[in-house]
Amino acid sequence: MNAKKAHQTGTGSAYFIVEDTQKPRTHVLAILVDNQPGVLARVIGLFSGRGYNIESLTVSETSHDKHLSRITVVSSGTLTVLDQIKKQLERMVPVHSVIDLTLTAEINGYEKPLERELAMVKVAGKGENRVEAMRLADAFRAPVIDASTEHFTFEITGRVSKVEQFIAIMEPLGLVEVCRTGVAAVTRGKDGMQD
Amino acid sequence: MSKKREMTGAEMVVQALIDNGVDTIFGYPGGAVLPIYDEIFQQDKLRHILVRHEQGAGHAAEGYARSTGKVGCLLVTSGPGATNAVTPLQDALMDSVPILCITGQVPTPLIGSDAFQEADTVGITRPCTKHNWLVRTVEELPHILHEAFQVCLKGRPGPVLVDIPKDVQFATGTYIPPNEARPFRYSPRVSGDPEQIRVAVELMASAKKPLIYSGGGVVNSGPEASKLLRELVELTGFPITSTLTGLGCYPASGENWLGMLGMHGTYEANLAMHDCDVMVCIGARFDDRITGRIDAFSPGSKKIHIDIDPSSIGKNVRADVPIIGDVGNVLEDMVRLWRAHDEKPDPATLKKWWVEIDKWRGRRSLSYKPSKNVIMPQYAIERLYELTKNKNTYITTEVGQHQMWAAQFYGFEEPNRWMTSGGLGTMGYGLPAAFGVQIAHPDALVIDIAGDASVLMTIQEMSAAVQYNAPIKIFILNNQYMGMVRQWQQLLHGNRLSHSYTEALPDFVKLAEAYGGVGIRCEKPDELDDAINDMIEVDAPVIFDCRVANLANCFPMIPSGKAHNEMLLPDEATDEAVGSVIDEKGKQLV
Repeated sequence: MNAKKAHQTGTGSAYFIVEDTQKPRTHVLAILVDNQPGVLARVIGLFSGRGYNIESLTVSETSHDKHLSRITVVSSGTLTVLDQIKKQLERMVPVHSVIDLTLTAEINGYEKPLERELAMVKVAGKGENRVEAMRLADAFRAPVIDASTEHFTFEITGRVSKVEQFIAIMEPLGLVEVCRTGVAAVTRGKDGMQD
Repeated sequence: MSKKREMTGAEMVVQALIDNGVDTIFGYPGGAVLPIYDEIFQQDKLRHILVRHEQGAGHAAEGYARSTGKVGCLLVTSGPGATNAVTPLQDALMDSVPILCITGQVPTPLIGSDAFQEADTVGITRPCTKHNWLVRTVEELPHILHEAFQVCLKGRPGPVLVDIPKDVQFATGTYIPPNEARPFRYSPRVSGDPEQIRVAVELMASAKKPLIYSGGGVVNSGPEASKLLRELVELTGFPITSTLTGLGCYPASGENWLGMLGMHGTYEANLAMHDCDVMVCIGARFDDRITGRIDAFSPGSKKIHIDIDPSSIGKNVRADVPIIGDVGNVLEDMVRLWRAHDEKPDPATLKKWWVEIDKWRGRRSLSYKPSKNVIMPQYAIERLYELTKNKNTYITTEVGQHQMWAAQFYGFEEPNRWMTSGGLGTMGYGLPAAFGVQIAHPDALVIDIAGDASVLMTIQEMSAAVQYNAPIKIFILNNQYMGMVRQWQQLLHGNRLSHSYTEALPDFVKLAEAYGGVGIRCEKPDELDDAINDMIEVDAPVIFDCRVANLANCFPMIPSGKAHNEMLLPDEATDEAVGSVIDEKGKQLV
C-alpha cells in the first residue's frame, strides 16, 4: 500500500543517498491485540508513520471473553525492517503478542505458514463466456453464491496464488467486480498463539 | 487514600494525581477543563502553575521531570490547547521523558460534530505519545489515570495523554485508588539475560581497544545507574564518551572522560568510536547525529548494546551482544561479574590504547581563536561554567550552536543537571524547561543557555517566571543569526544565507524589564565575568544579552553523511575548506 522505502543504510544523510542492497521479502505477521477503540488505527499508524509496507490486512475479534482481536498483516521489507516492525508492534501497549508466521514456518522446516484468502468474484455475460466461466469455476471448486441470467458471483477460497489465478482467468470472461478478504494465516503444527 | 469514594470525574483527576505522588501541575485553563480547574481551586495539595502557552506547560513539565526523575504533569484544554501541546509530547517521546498530559475534550455527545474547540486529540497525539486514552465513562476514569502513570514510567519512559470529555468530568462515579485498580498488563522487561551479560563481560575482558558509549538511558534509569557506570569505568579503566542527553552520568572532570561524541563531539571521542574493537553502548540508540555515515561507522568493533527498549536494538546498527534490560539492573550484574572475572584486559595493551587516545586529545579539537574585542561564544560558556560550577546549578538549552557549545564547554558532574532537546531539536525548549526546573528546585541556580532566535519562540514564559518568582537566568548567546542554520548554509549551500539573519531583534534588556524581570547586556570580553556575577546575584528572572561574535562556527564537526574519521577541525576549517566540505554530488542531492 505504501511506497517502497529505501531503508536507511549507507550514509543516513540527505546529502549522500545510497540504495539499500538487502533484498526485500514478504512476511505474514499475526498480531494479538486488545479489542478496544482505536487499536487498528494505532497499528496502521505505526506502519504508515515509520514507512513500512502493508500488502494485506485482516482483522476480527477472536476471543469474545478476553476481548482480543487478531490482526494478520502481510508486509514486505528487508529482514532488518521486518524485525523492526515486530519489535515496534510489541512495544505498543494494547498489543499482546506478535508472531512472524513466515519466519516461524521457516524455522520449523516449512516453506510457508498456512495461508488462506477468500474472494467473491462477479462475472457478467451471456452465451459461451458464461458457460466457460461456470466450467472453470467448477475446476477451481468455486461455488456460485449468487446468479441471474446475466451474471454469476463465485466464492473462492484458497491460497493467494489460487485466488489470483482464478481472478486472472475470469478477466476475459466478463469480470466486473472482485472483493478479497486479505490473507488469514496460522502456523502449522499443534502449538497455538500465546496471549 | 481518600475515604470519600463517590466523586465527580474532575475530583477524580485531582485525587488520582495526588494518589500517584504528583504535587505540581503545569497548565492553562479553557472551556473543556473548567470542571478540573474548579476542583484545583478548592484544594491545596496539588499546586497548579499557570504558563502562558501550552507548549510552555509541556516543556516545563519536561524540565521538571528530567531534573527530578518524577512524572511531569500538564493540564490543557481541548482543541488548540491540545494541539499546542503536541511539540512537547513529541519532544518527550524522542528523549524518553516521562510526562503526563491531561486534555479536556468536548462533551461525549458532541465528539465528531466539529464542535467548538474540538480536535481529534487522541488521533493527533497517537504517534507522539507512548500511549493515549480517550475516557468514555467516569467509571473507567480512575483506572485509566493510574494506568497512564504506569505506562509513563515503566520500561522506557515517555509521554502519555489522557483525553477527558467535559461531561465525564461532571459525571459522578466511584473513585478507585491505585492499589485497588483493575489488573493492568504492562510489564516491560528490566533485568538483562544473565548469559548475555556474561558474554558481554568476556568480550570486554578480551578487548584491546575498548570504549564505553553511554546515553540518556543512564539518566532515565536513576541516580544508581550513574553510580554503577562510574564504578564500571573505574574498574575497567575503559575510556568513556557520551551522547548529548547522557552528559553528567560520568563526570566531565573524570580521568577517563573523552567528551561528547557525534556530529559536534570531540576528536578523541569520535576517533575512539571509529577505531575501537569493543564498544559498550549503555542506554543510547545509535542516532544519526552519533553515527554519522552508517556504513563507515566503527567498522572494526564488536558492539554490546544495553537498552530497555528492544526496538532500539538493531534498529540502526547491528548489535553483536544485545542486552535487553534496565541500564541500572544490567550494570549491577555487569559490575559484579567483572569483579568475579579472572581474566582482565592486559594493562599494557590498554595503556597502548590510551596513548593513542592521548595523541588525539593532543589535537585539542575544541580550541578556538580567542579575541580581546568581541566575546567568543565558546569563551562565554567557559566563563559561565567557571563562575557557576561550584553552585547548585541546572542548565537547560534551546537548540542550535549555543546548545552544542554548552555541551562542549560546560562540564557536567552529575546526572539530571542538564536538560536539552536532543532527539527532536526543539527551538524554544530551554526557557520553559528552565522554568519547570526552577519550580522543582526553587533554591537552585537554573540557567537557560539560549540563542537569540530560539529564545523568542517561547519568550512569553518570562511572564510565568515573574509571576512565580522563579529566578531563571536566560543567558543568550546573541549573534543575530540562526547560527546553526547559517553554519549549514555556509558549509553546504554555498554561503547563501537564506533567511537565517534576524533583522529586527528586540532589545532584550528592555524586554526583560517589560516582563518585570532584569535585563543585563554584555559586549566586551573583559566585562563578562562581572556581568555573569551580577546575573547570578539577582533574585529574579534575568535575560542576559551576551553579544557574541556573529559568524563563529561550531567545530569540530562531522559533516552530514561523513564518517567519524572525516571530521572538520577548527584549525583546518578555513573558509575555503569549509566551502568545499561537501562535494558537488552532495550539493545536488539537497
